[in-house]
Amino acid sequence: MQVDPIHQFQIKNLIPMVSMGGHQIDFTNSALFMFIIVGVVSALLIGATAPRAVVPGRLQSIAEISYEFVANTVRSSAGNEGMRFFPFVFTLFMFVLFANLIGLIPYSFTVTSQLIVTATLALLVFFIVVGYGFWRNGLHFLNLFVPKGVPKLILPAIVVIEVLSFLSRPVSHSVRLFANMLAGHITLQVFAGFIIMLGGAGILGIFGATLPFIMVVMLTALELLVAFLQAYVFAILTCIYLNDAIHPGH
Amino acid sequence: MSDSMSDARDNGEHDKQQTGEAALSARLQRLNEGLGHARDSVRPPSDGTGADRATTASGYARGFRLSSELVAGVVVGAGIGWLIDRWLGISPWGLIVFLLLGFAAGVLNVMRSAGLVAGTALDNTGPEHREK
Repeated sequence: MQVDPIHQFQIKNLIPMVSMGGHQIDFTNSALFMFIIVGVVSALLIGATAPRAVVPGRLQSIAEISYEFVANTVRSSAGNEGMRFFPFVFTLFMFVLFANLIGLIPYSFTVTSQLIVTATLALLVFFIVVGYGFWRNGLHFLNLFVPKGVPKLILPAIVVIEVLSFLSRPVSHSVRLFANMLAGHITLQVFAGFIIMLGGAGILGIFGATLPFIMVVMLTALELLVAFLQAYVFAILTCIYLNDAIHPGH
Repeated sequence: MSDSMSDARDNGEHDKQQTGEAALSARLQRLNEGLGHARDSVRPPSDGTGADRATTASGYARGFRLSSELVAGVVVGAGIGWLIDRWLGISPWGLIVFLLLGFAAGVLNVMRSAGLVAGTALDNTGPEHREK
């Protein structure tokens, strides 16, 4: 039996919808899983906070812990003023976290393993940073690109490099999450494929198949950590970029 | 006689050298401690939760982080250079210049996210923040 490790990332049309401006807009499995993610996150948070108990129950403490966690992240990297972006960062964090976690369930679809999804999220952050930065600071926002204490002679080159560094942010922001999820899921699939191939090779093969099986168990644990870590990294980078919009250079 | 004298002199020099080395190593140690403090104060307090939990996962995440920063810089530089070439029709100069600048930006990204250089001007003003 042959296993195709890329097969899991295929986009399938579930419900054909309208065609708009020459583009086919369909309800795909990716869209379905986005709805599932939003549904699960909303159900979890609304359901968990419904009792409004002073002493939180299990679900409520999950909601409270995630609130505290993201709030601390925002405060520590964007300051108290960054808290006005808390709803945004919290939404992003929960969406990415649940996309990663739900993607770990076998036969499910990992939304964050599609570059277009992570790129859209990263560009959203980027444009919010640029828009809010200019709205709040006006042209002082451009001070971001002019480091202090640089000799006038090399200043133009430094400014260009700073601008490029700023423009490369959405790229690294999105590629990091996408590549982590893609690589992790392909690795898992490849090792799972070894189990099937070895398992088909008689008694000795079944014994041999325990090795990749152990590996898959360990990799799944690692992927669970990566799923959380990448959601956290995505959120904290968002906070750091938002901080640039709130306090550009003086 | 002369042997013992030279021995003594050797010993004396040896001692002096030893004390010199001891003093030097003590100074080095003090310097290292000072540097460590300075680095600690510059560095973000914790490098993500994963760093403490699992060294493999954090090394993997760190590698991914740094490589994506470098690649992003180079790719964006090349892309902008290519666009400028197309708009101004000065191929291949835009691509050459912006590829090099993009590489510089990528290296800057990497050094910033590794915490080796101070961030942009704004990074020194707010609370704790540095690109990760």
